[in-house]
Amino acid sequence: MPALTLNRRNLLGRALALGAATTLTGCDFDDPSHPDVADRVLNAMSHWNDEVQAALFNPHTLAPTFPASAITRPPRFNAFYDIDKAPQVDLATWRLGLTGRIGDKQPWRIAQLRALPQESQITRLICVEGWRVVGQWSGVRLGDFLRRINADTKARYVSFQCADGYFESIDMESALHPQTILALDFLGAPLTAPFGAPLRLRIPTKLGYKNAKSIVALGVTNQFPSGYWEKQGYNWFGGS
Amino acid sequence: MAHRRPIHPLALRVMHWLNAIAIVTLIGSGWEIYDASPFLPFTFPQWATIGQWLGGAIAWHLAAIWLLMLNGALYLGWGLVTGHFRRKLLPLSLRAVLRDTIAAARFHLPHRPGVYNAVQRLLYLGVIGLGVLAVLSGLAVWKPVQLWPLSDLFGGFFVSRVIHFIAMAGIVLFLVVHLLLVALVPRVLPAMITGGHLPNPESEAAE
Ligand code: HEM
Repeated sequence: MPALTLNRRNLLGRALALGAATTLTGCDFDDPSHPDVADRVLNAMSHWNDEVQAALFNPHTLAPTFPASAITRPPRFNAFYDIDKAPQVDLATWRLGLTGRIGDKQPWRIAQLRALPQESQITRLICVEGWRVVGQWSGVRLGDFLRRINADTKARYVSFQCADGYFESIDMESALHPQTILALDFLGAPLTAPFGAPLRLRIPTKLGYKNAKSIVALGVTNQFPSGYWEKQGYNWFGGS
Repeated sequence: MAHRRPIHPLALRVMHWLNAIAIVTLIGSGWEIYDASPFLPFTFPQWATIGQWLGGAIAWHLAAIWLLMLNGALYLGWGLVTGHFRRKLLPLSLRAVLRDTIAAARFHLPHRPGVYNAVQRLLYLGVIGLGVLAVLSGLAVWKPVQLWPLSDLFGGFFVSRVIHFIAMAGIVLFLVVHLLLVALVPRVLPAMITGGHLPNPESEAAE
């Protein structure tokens, strides 16, 4: 959260002005970094909803899995840019950087990740917009990977930086969920650029925007890292 | 009693208007959320929605839902414990509903202060049921993984969305009729705000 300087008199003035025009100007939630009173209430409620979702989250509840016949074809591309703008990552130079509360911060090459045990799943991705697709992903269990690199699994957050400037973060409990994977393959072949090559997060217990694509760095931290859409007002926990 | 009792107790009035705020917010923001991924061949006009964009709409929707659930739980608890539902919404018979519907169509709607006619009883019980359905189907849309038994009960994520939409449509329909009835008998409105007074002690005794 950006630090908020709060001037009480100012706030009172805003509250009075708001009383006159609540439904007109009060319902933007369009600039959370300069919040008006409505934004503050909505922010507080969103934090409350994070807490509720963390309490509802059961580490043993699995997201539903599907038969291969249920896979959505052709797959649906979605990002905050058009498909031809998807980042082209050079595998020869690509490394997964590691930061924060991690014992072994040596960067990883793609071949090293492929050498680890791979986990395959056919799961449903539900977008915050309300549509859903079924796909098949495989890769390394994030929980296994975090233990292998001696990450502090008592820390609160795992964060992701992406080649396209996107960034995301999830709670440690969800990171350790058995269906949360660092995916390398999609539909039986290495990920392509629009679908998050060379490495993406696949987390079927959360909404689509939590599934960061084209990851270049992974961090473990106790400082709230937020996310690309969360900074604009989406709920952070984003659980399903 | 030293002074006459109100037609609508204070607790009911407060809960009614908090509920109205929550419902209107939920409908407006819900329409914006629907517009992000419509499953019928129409969208709701932007001017009728709340939140301006999907992120804002979801924030409003998931804030207002707590007001609706808390206030609704209080209303249900209060209505059961005080006997309000038993006294004001029951009994309800098909004959009475038909009789009052015909009367209403002829603009002869019977209305005694403090007594709901059969059409009102049916509408109120119906909208309470729709509210419960909207909350449950909404939870199923919100948490299809963690609340999977609820999601399965409704027939999965997409069917939950459709049922949630139908519950909304029913509540909107209720609201249209509700406001029409208030427009037909406008003197009931001030009583829902200030409480009003029951006309004479007999009707108190009758309660
Ligand atoms: C926003 C404008 C609204 C107005 C002007 C309004 C007006 C009123 C009035 C005047 C009454 C009392 C009727 C009488 O004494 O005969 C009433 C009762 C009631 N209204 Fe509304 N209402 C509104 C919104 C809503 C909404 C959104 C809901 C629910 C979805 C709702 C549900 C009810 C219920 C259930 C009762 C009966 C309460 C009880 O006795 O338990 N109203 N309303």
